[in-house]
Amino acid sequence: MGGRGQLAGGLMFLFAAAAAPLLPDWVVSLVTIAFANALVVLGLVVLWRAGLVSFGQALYYCIGAYAVALTARWTGFTDVFALVVIGGVAAGLMAVLIGFLLARYREIFFAMLSLALSMILYGVLVKSESLGSTDGFSVATPTFLGYAPHRDALGLALYWLTLGVDAIGAMLVGVYFRSVAGALAAPIRDNEIRVEFLGVSVTSIIHIKVVIAGILGGLGGALAALAIGHVDPNMSYWTTSGGFVFVTILAGSGYVAAAFVGSLVFEAVRSFAFDVMPQLWQMTLGSVLLLTILFLPDGLGSLVARLKRRGEAKS
Amino acid sequence: MSTSNSAILAVHDLEKTFGSLVAARDITVSVPAEQTVGVIGANGAGKTTFINMITGHLTPSKGSIWFEDKEITGKPSREITRLGISRSFQVAQIFPSLTVFENMRIAAAIARCSGGVLGNISTPVHSGAATVEAEATIDLFQIGRYRDTPANALPQGVRKLLDIGMAVVGWPRLLLLDEPTSGISVEEKFDLMNVVMSALKTRKITVLFVEHDMEIVARFADRVLAFYDGTVIADGTPTETLDNPRVQELISGVRLKTSTGRPGHA
Repeated sequence: MGGRGQLAGGLMFLFAAAAAPLLPDWVVSLVTIAFANALVVLGLVVLWRAGLVSFGQALYYCIGAYAVALTARWTGFTDVFALVVIGGVAAGLMAVLIGFLLARYREIFFAMLSLALSMILYGVLVKSESLGSTDGFSVATPTFLGYAPHRDALGLALYWLTLGVDAIGAMLVGVYFRSVAGALAAPIRDNEIRVEFLGVSVTSIIHIKVVIAGILGGLGGALAALAIGHVDPNMSYWTTSGGFVFVTILAGSGYVAAAFVGSLVFEAVRSFAFDVMPQLWQMTLGSVLLLTILFLPDGLGSLVARLKRRGEAKS
Repeated sequence: MSTSNSAILAVHDLEKTFGSLVAARDITVSVPAEQTVGVIGANGAGKTTFINMITGHLTPSKGSIWFEDKEITGKPSREITRLGISRSFQVAQIFPSLTVFENMRIAAAIARCSGGVLGNISTPVHSGAATVEAEATIDLFQIGRYRDTPANALPQGVRKLLDIGMAVVGWPRLLLLDEPTSGISVEEKFDLMNVVMSALKTRKITVLFVEHDMEIVARFADRVLAFYDGTVIADGTPTETLDNPRVQELISGVRLKTSTGRPGHA
């Protein structure tokens, strides 16, 4: 099952990569942003499986983005591969620290504490005039191992980079889900006492989840910063976190792939709604969320399970 | 402090106080390997406090606990679990959203991995060994019929068996059962205990079980400890303990069950 899923996922990434030159520019940039954000959503899925919702995942997104922008600005270093790693590591280190505090909380306290931490970063960035305050600042044009592509070629290169990072991230999260630590998500949601009595520290398992989600958030932020070419404090604002939670609900926690599909659907609906009714686009998004909760409470991913069941019933 | 070589569990002069309340005191007991020990006493007599100190859930205020000649006093419960002491609960503690097999497999996988952060991440849950162990334990506890049933849909007796099975799947040497028959109807109690006890015998597990039903105690225990007011007031074979006049006087239900045909002295 896991093997087949991974093969299908890998083929989908290859297909998306191969199709790139045929796609119009706006599609390439939309998918790049959607797939950068999908990593943050994947992190939320890791937490959600254990019954935890973070309303502050934008913290790691923003740290990843600023780590990239600041490294390029202060050191003049612009290699994308190194920058993306720096973004992920910076956010991961912050998650290690925060995890010591956060792993002891559950439910609304976990959600609100993460929200508060992300808003602290927002406040600090807004007050930092050297970093452009609320305007933020632009990210230096990146290079790929010495190669410096221009406008259109850059967009394509970043698209491929994002697909590559996503594929690796999705594969590793898939492996994690099949490990004891990953499989303990539902048991922790169900009954922490029993998990402890089986000889496992629930706190340390949740700490790991916070760190994984943090690294994924940082990678997503790093890729988004490169793709947008600009960072600003809004990347840490609570509405950004809310957007990620929105996509997580849309996607559901059943499948790794759902995070990517969900994120793509979200970006597509958002830009469509923005085009068609610029005044009411939030209402469209709200309606989509409402319909999801009413008819697909387990998210888009549950469609796969539903189809599978129907297929089995027929055969 | 000396421990006899044959004892798998030895506690010396154990005491637990909560502020001015003495929950347990002067408990000295030594249990040889593979013995089945019944623990009786009224609510609040210190039985569960005693069990919780052995499993590391409570730290004793005084005294020491030895398991397989290693001192485990005050060690954290997770470490004690990994040393080979397991427990089941008065209210079955299972994972309701998983099936019986998934419950058993996650317990088996945890028991097989080395523990710690890296161990938990690097061990796959679908490993063949964990699956084999889970299937064997499901068979041992005779709940194969419910293998793929979600745990939230199980009858009470099966929940209990699953709970105890999950405690046994990691091959502990000592198992503490807290009221294994609580919440089970009178007709089902003996069948349940037959399944449990024969499973535990097969695995050569030393057992301490807390129980209120004296018929169950008399039938399944090799030895009975009677608790009153935080300490052990009688320790012997079921007949010795249950016939002890102080036990009969202080623990309700004892006289009723054991003195049929022998009217007690007022």
